[in-house]
Amino acid sequence: MTQGFRIENGGLIDRNKKLSFKFNGKKYFGYEGDTLASALLANGVHLVGRSFKYHRPRGFFGAGVDEPYAVVQLYRNGETEPNIKATEQELFEGLEAKSVNCWPSVNFDIGAINNFLKIFLPAGFYYKTFMWPKSFWYRIYEPFIRKAAGLGVASIDHDKERYEHKYEYCDLLIAGSGPSGLAGAYAAAKNGAKVILAEDKPRFGGSLLTSDVNIGNQSGKDWAEGMITELKAMPNVVVKNRSQIFGYYDHNMLVMSEKVSDHLPKTKKYHPNKRLWYIRAKEVLISSGSIERPIVFGNNDTPGVMLSSAAKEYLKVYGVLVGRKPLVFTNNDSGYETAIEFKKHGVDPIILDTRKNPKSEIIDEAKNLGIHIKNSYVVAAAQGYKKVKSADIASISDDKKQLGKIENIQCDCICVSGFWTPTIHLASQSGNKTKFKEEIDAFVPGTSKQNETSLGAANGIFSLEETLKTSFKAGGELSKKITENENNVAIPNVVEKKSSQHDKFWCVPLPKGKNYKRFLDFQNDVAVSDIEIALREGYRSIEHVKRYTTLGMATDQGKTSNLNGLQLVSEIENKVVPAVGHTTFRPPYTPISIGAIVGREVGKHTKPTRKSPIHTWHEKNNAVFVDAGVWLRPRYYKRGNENLFEASKREAKNVRTNVGVCDVTTLGKIDVKGPDAAEFLNRVYTNAWLKLPVGKARYGVMLREDGIVMDDGTTTRISENHYHMTTTTAQAANVLSHLEYYLQLVWPELNVNVVSTTEQWAGAAIAGPKSRDLLQKLFPNSDVSNEGLPFMGYTEADLFGVKARIFRISFSGELAYEVNVVSDYGNFMWEKIIEIGEEFKIQPYGTEALSTLRIEMGHVAGSELDGRTIPYDTALEGLVSKKKDFIGKRSLQKSAFTAEDRQRIVGVVPIDKKTSIPEGSHLVKDAKAPLPNPKLGHISASCWSVEYDNPFSLAILKNGKNMIGEKLFAMSPLKNKIIPVEIVSSHYVDPKGERVRS
Amino acid sequence: MLYINCPHCGMRSQNEFSYGGDASVKRPSLNKEVSDQEWDNFVYNRKSLRGKHLELWQHISGCRQWIKVERDTSTHEIFRTFKADEEVAK
Repeated sequence: MTQGFRIENGGLIDRNKKLSFKFNGKKYFGYEGDTLASALLANGVHLVGRSFKYHRPRGFFGAGVDEPYAVVQLYRNGETEPNIKATEQELFEGLEAKSVNCWPSVNFDIGAINNFLKIFLPAGFYYKTFMWPKSFWYRIYEPFIRKAAGLGVASIDHDKERYEHKYEYCDLLIAGSGPSGLAGAYAAAKNGAKVILAEDKPRFGGSLLTSDVNIGNQSGKDWAEGMITELKAMPNVVVKNRSQIFGYYDHNMLVMSEKVSDHLPKTKKYHPNKRLWYIRAKEVLISSGSIERPIVFGNNDTPGVMLSSAAKEYLKVYGVLVGRKPLVFTNNDSGYETAIEFKKHGVDPIILDTRKNPKSEIIDEAKNLGIHIKNSYVVAAAQGYKKVKSADIASISDDKKQLGKIENIQCDCICVSGFWTPTIHLASQSGNKTKFKEEIDAFVPGTSKQNETSLGAANGIFSLEETLKTSFKAGGELSKKITENENNVAIPNVVEKKSSQHDKFWCVPLPKGKNYKRFLDFQNDVAVSDIEIALREGYRSIEHVKRYTTLGMATDQGKTSNLNGLQLVSEIENKVVPAVGHTTFRPPYTPISIGAIVGREVGKHTKPTRKSPIHTWHEKNNAVFVDAGVWLRPRYYKRGNENLFEASKREAKNVRTNVGVCDVTTLGKIDVKGPDAAEFLNRVYTNAWLKLPVGKARYGVMLREDGIVMDDGTTTRISENHYHMTTTTAQAANVLSHLEYYLQLVWPELNVNVVSTTEQWAGAAIAGPKSRDLLQKLFPNSDVSNEGLPFMGYTEADLFGVKARIFRISFSGELAYEVNVVSDYGNFMWEKIIEIGEEFKIQPYGTEALSTLRIEMGHVAGSELDGRTIPYDTALEGLVSKKKDFIGKRSLQKSAFTAEDRQRIVGVVPIDKKTSIPEGSHLVKDAKAPLPNPKLGHISASCWSVEYDNPFSLAILKNGKNMIGEKLFAMSPLKNKIIPVEIVSSHYVDPKGERVRS
Repeated sequence: MLYINCPHCGMRSQNEFSYGGDASVKRPSLNKEVSDQEWDNFVYNRKSLRGKHLELWQHISGCRQWIKVERDTSTHEIFRTFKADEEVAK
């Protein structure tokens, strides 16, 4: 294929680097520096997609971020990405893209039948039609709408690309590298401020790349290049292209998405695809420019109708003619600039100007070049289906209400200019209340809300001289406040052509007897008639009109449609535009990849993974791991072909008969130190702590102020003013914050310090009838007899030269000890225990066996202390002191908490002694009662009792105290099970607790 | 994301802090008889203010100190911050 619409010279593309690419399976060529859009246009391809609702043919409308039509599916680096704007996607060798929202092909699209059914698809059609019958919604309507909706197709594969996040701080952040951005950045940088200048396009310079101006005796483009070169060389300046600042958040936090790899065929090794920058700026200069707005006329969505500024950009930046017989339809001087460029490249345009007799330097230049100009003329409708073939034009009366006789003239594109809309999104996101500026028929930022200053076109200033003057000044003054430097920058001399006032005209009336669709929102197919319907049906608020018609709700977020929509509403409602108001601008300004927002926090990286110092040993010994909060813990140690059930049963049984060892490093540990430590613990825990002697441990329960159990654990008095507190693995962080809260805010008079020591100690629980024998061999020089180290005793000992702490505490209900050494010796300790324990048939056990052992003993854990239970519910009321006050005590007097039939922990055994009861099952009296079957309680934890060799569960049951011996049903609709059960004591094994004291 | 001036560490981003609720709530003294209403006011009843609000934050990923922050709940403007033991003049 030849690039038939590429002019011979000119443009900023690199003609020495020819690139091949595929669109809809067909091969084309372009040049380095092209976008997919410019390369397709160079090849004469104007049909790129189908519209959202009516599946009408779609071409190119803009040349950048405002593009509503040219949304494609991109295939790159072995991945596919939907909703890519062809006007933003840079060309690379081997690029592949496809049209979206059409089937079987963009040329023949079956969905286009909607175009002929459009009389049946007005605004609100879906709301009105798919209301009833209700049952149809799930089966018929929803699947149908889902299939018809949406543009591209998201990949269901794992995204292999990498995305990064970066945090940055600066004095001045500048959004946009057009004339105002460059001037502001330069003045600030010269004052020594730390500056970040961001440009969303690959090329810096903004409007200077296409405008015919002269700054300091250079062309605008050359001046911009010089400024960028100088800025890049300054150490206090970061200059970023392909970087879109898309959100202005609280306290001057802005977020920018940098496309690192999208313009390359493959992402380089170790490079991210995109990088999200969180930038905290002291001052923000918004130099985001403006977007040309269309004029509304019949069939204005036909491929070949585009913004006049886009046509100019394709020509000046990419050397591409969007047509050879252009018609320029304008209400201001910008259309003339485009026409002049056409003329300079040997193409004869015709200008239709809605104004009667405009006069300016630009118009004079167009006249001198011999361009054919028709004043008080409009395009009534474009003709042609997949491409503009001609235009119906007519003269228009001075009051703009009457069209003259319709004439048809040949053309192959219609370049339209309805004046300029400042890009106020970032200012508005910062909280700035925008105001309507009559002279330009658009909203501009009002008083700054945060530290944002809008410059140039983004502030409604369209004269270059004025823009440069105010931007240099703003950059200089704002940076001076921060750096206290003042290096005045000389403002360069500017030569620009003066333009005349635009015409307040935005919509061409329908010719008599014609019913052309006149589109406002090109991506969501919202036409003038849809807005009219919405208003006729009583929608008044612009926010409601937006949602009812979907105006401005497509992926382009109405960048080209919002103001025309407002004009229409204000005209019908007979209100002025500011009274109608505009809809809220919310971030992101432009669609951002979900991957970029997520960053590196995918899969295992969503949270840190913490491993105990004994982890490698577990791995070598076939441990199967389970996530316990952020920790990885061995769930069981697999032997041969064992499954979870078999292995955990073996491990638990071995604890009951011999001895087992469990890695308990993950338990939360907090050092509590200070002269008032005992008093503090006495207030934190429900039981008494003042009399605990040195060298003793005590089990404690702590409540929240609302009386609910927060956590439990043992705390040991290491020395006079030093306590070692343990918490559950899951609650460790919350408990520390809780303690700090009371020490810092409630009882600052207490002289106590708390610090987390979780990671300082490695822990091993040695449990089972033979644990003392093993301990004696581990610590031959210590007295670990029942008298020397009684239940809840504590001692310090020497483990082959390593200082160890021994606590005689038990979670398994067996005779048991916990040994702690500093983490670095964790693995040493573990290997010694295994080595010496061999003669006692020691086996390591995982969390599954640990659960089994505690469940059949009736010891509570997280599944019972679930944030809904008070001490009584978990049979811990014996630990609640009646004498002293403590956190949460007053709440326990609540009538609900003291009710006779209050819920309480019980044991549950299936009648058949065979069927395991799923955790979460509900306990009910009558299995056949109609739904919702009144719930009496729920199963909190289940195990296979190794003591009795049958299933056993714990439950929290209403009136549990008086339910022992009752027969109920455990129902699990999820597992489709109804199990007859008997309620027993929660202390299923060793109810008197003799073993731990033996 | 808020930018909070920790009185101990200086300006830090919100993601280093965790929120701790209304700072004007005073816990009744230990061992003091309190009515149900008084206790409920302490534990549960909070005003959902629009405007200036004195609230607690903990600098959990920093100095771990609880601090008081005077913030506008509708605009997120932060006026002043205080150490835990600082008295806050109205």
